Amino acid sequence: MTAHDPALARPNAPTTTYRYDEYDAAFVKERVAEFREQVRRRLEGSLTEEEFRPFRLMNGLYLQLHAYMLRVAIPYGTLTARQMRRLADIADKFDRGYGHFTTRQNLQYNWPKLVDAPDILEALAEVEMHAIQTSGNCIRNVTADHFSGVAPDEIEDPRPTAEFLRQWSSAHPEFSFLPRKFKIAVTGAEHDRAAILAHDVGLAIVKNHEGEIGYRVVVGGGLGRSPFVGKTIRDYLPRADLLAYLEAIMRVYNRFGRRDNKYKARIKILVHEKGIDEVRDAVEAEFAAMDRSVFSYDPAEFERIAAFFAPPPYEAPPAESQKLRAERAAHPAFGDFVDVNVAPHKAPGYAIVTVSLKPIGGIPGDATSQQMRVLADASERFGFGELRISHEQNVILPHVKQDDLFDLWKTLDAAGLATANAGLVSDIISCPGLDYCSLATARSIPIAQAISKRFSDLSRQRRIGKLGIKISGCINACGHHHVGAIGILGLEKKGQESYQITLGGDPTFSASIGEIVGPGVTAEQAPDVIEHIIDFYLAERQEGETFIETWRRIGHARFKDVLRREGEDGADI
Amino acid sequence: MAALRHPQILLASDLADGEVLFLGANGWERDHRRARVARDAEEAGALAAFGKAEIAANRVVDVYLADVAVGADGVPTPLHYREKMRIKGPSVRLDLGKQARGAA
Amino acid sequence: MALISDGRFIEDGWRRLADEEALPKSGKVIVSLARLGHALEHFGPDAAIGAFVPNTTEPAALAQALPRLGLISIAFPAFADGRGFSLARLLRRAGFTGELRASGRLLADQYAHALGCGFDTIEIPDDLAARQDESQWRAARAAHARAYQRGYVAAGSILEARRKAAAK
Repeated sequence: MTAHDPALARPNAPTTTYRYDEYDAAFVKERVAEFREQVRRRLEGSLTEEEFRPFRLMNGLYLQLHAYMLRVAIPYGTLTARQMRRLADIADKFDRGYGHFTTRQNLQYNWPKLVDAPDILEALAEVEMHAIQTSGNCIRNVTADHFSGVAPDEIEDPRPTAEFLRQWSSAHPEFSFLPRKFKIAVTGAEHDRAAILAHDVGLAIVKNHEGEIGYRVVVGGGLGRSPFVGKTIRDYLPRADLLAYLEAIMRVYNRFGRRDNKYKARIKILVHEKGIDEVRDAVEAEFAAMDRSVFSYDPAEFERIAAFFAPPPYEAPPAESQKLRAERAAHPAFGDFVDVNVAPHKAPGYAIVTVSLKPIGGIPGDATSQQMRVLADASERFGFGELRISHEQNVILPHVKQDDLFDLWKTLDAAGLATANAGLVSDIISCPGLDYCSLATARSIPIAQAISKRFSDLSRQRRIGKLGIKISGCINACGHHHVGAIGILGLEKKGQESYQITLGGDPTFSASIGEIVGPGVTAEQAPDVIEHIIDFYLAERQEGETFIETWRRIGHARFKDVLRREGEDGADI
Repeated sequence: MAALRHPQILLASDLADGEVLFLGANGWERDHRRARVARDAEEAGALAAFGKAEIAANRVVDVYLADVAVGADGVPTPLHYREKMRIKGPSVRLDLGKQARGAA
Repeated sequence: MALISDGRFIEDGWRRLADEEALPKSGKVIVSLARLGHALEHFGPDAAIGAFVPNTTEPAALAQALPRLGLISIAFPAFADGRGFSLARLLRRAGFTGELRASGRLLADQYAHALGCGFDTIEIPDDLAARQDESQWRAARAAHARAYQRGYVAAGSILEARRKAAAK
């Protein structure tokens, strides 16, 4: 019996992610009823817009440039085939047949109506999904490594921790009216694929000298108007103390975070203004004063949650698939896909597949309902019915047998989902920008499209290698441009859209914030400037150096000079 | 009568469905070409006052005046690129938004 | 001002004393933080004293007075300013057993949060009370049968329910 066998894939398929019990199910159902009632009171006027707004936001509903936008939570970026199909159905029934996967592993619908929102939430609740706290001044979706559970460099799967925190943070009585939003990310591997140093709280699973699992706790990271790399507040926190310690952090933030200025209200500002030592002292004092016995960690509950994330019943194929070898040789385009979009898996004979939602010239992160269904089907045929969404706006199929890669690729290719550019220069991360977002100061998607087309040639992209371009349409940095190797920020200058380019950003454990490389450029100039930067990198790089490695070695000033010289020549930059 | 730097129209978002609305001669319009143009401060004030009342009546949210240029045909065109987006829809999906319904 | 207690509007048994008003000999009187020390010294044994405090108050500032206070009313300058929820929690932790009141433009939708953090009563302006009748407050309180968090005053936590079910 292979994974092709439909009987294996369907109803009795093992679960590989958390499943609601009756209490979780009751909670989301109650939440839908509560929001339905809030919408009714809003429409009839017993709630003003100002009063309704925080509750609208805490149920994921924004008012955007052309319409409302609903942000559906995909906890730690993991969903089942059934859930993906429901997202497709909702797109067709309540929206315009597509959705946008975001840089926090969520999904956005761009055209829901307020009056339909309760019904959408009900449709989500039926498949154990929700839009709870995907906006508002509360704890947001806890994100995690999109290669959780399957990466060879993993210490421990971060998703049980993320699920544990999801429950703890849901409708928290004390921490639902914070100074500002609060974002937590968890990573459990040697390499950080969850950008934890760019979060309000970042958790890295580590082991102490005795080999016991605990967490390195980082606070005060964040992008936006004032980007900061997070600072370590605790090198090692035992698992048993996780909830209590987070409570202490939240209480200190809730009490002392600034409320006088929206742009200075994140915990990163508190850490920056008071210093990490003072913040640590306050947190440790609060942690010490708590009666931890009252609400402390229950290991049985953690184990109950962790059991849902146990590895699926992998077969035992050989570590290297001969079938794959032959198919690669016979199909060069497939070979490209394997080289670029397929990563090694901890289980022998398996692979992790990144499905790029960045077709050349396409809208980054968007998927049609049809594509969502293709992905749902593919996950069942080729991977225990599980999918992931990465913060890079791509879809991951985390359990694909090497023997099945060719059949998978053909399926993806037929649906326009086989672009072999994962991590390459056309795998651009872009927020929706002014095409959709009412906060935006400029459009971002057309810039991504133009750059993508400029670098459409795959062999050229492969020669360049992994290079992350990230684009934000405003200072809120939802495109994570601060931590892009090349970052682009869309601003307004003299009534025109203007693009500021930064270099040297890094979202991993060696995190850094990008530096501005020159004056703002126009949308027309942007692809040329990016091309000059990349050509210069190629000219200067030493054997095997990534962009950031070259940039760090030769220095930012060299890049600035190159662009300035181009400008002085009167060349069309 | 106090002069305006530019003629203005009033925009809002429909509370129930979130769509962009323009205040016309007889209430809200979904097509900016039917927006009422204020040419002095008094007219603009009247538009704004109506908008405020409509907020209180729970029909719209996010009401504001936007500068426009008025063509020979009397059709107002917003001056700022943000409102230029709002009268059309996403520039990257011409099949969506008001532009798809033949508006602008 | 209107006062919500146990999902109902009730008459307020306490009186807020303006700073310039003289301390009465008896009754249940709420004074500002600035006046609290003086009030505790000069108020007769028949009087019950409450304190009206900003949401930025350090619990330590009230530590001495805590056993003698019948009520603490925490100001909510804006409903979205959640500092009062933490202050309430800290005051309960410090051993305060009197009436904890949240005072400001709180919404019915925050009732469960307030009760969860240890508040007993909510005091809101009349115009807000007119738009939020008792049914809204009771509905909001009953919105969730259980909470995920432990250690908060609630109908019961989900964890406790799970343990009970597992023990069977």
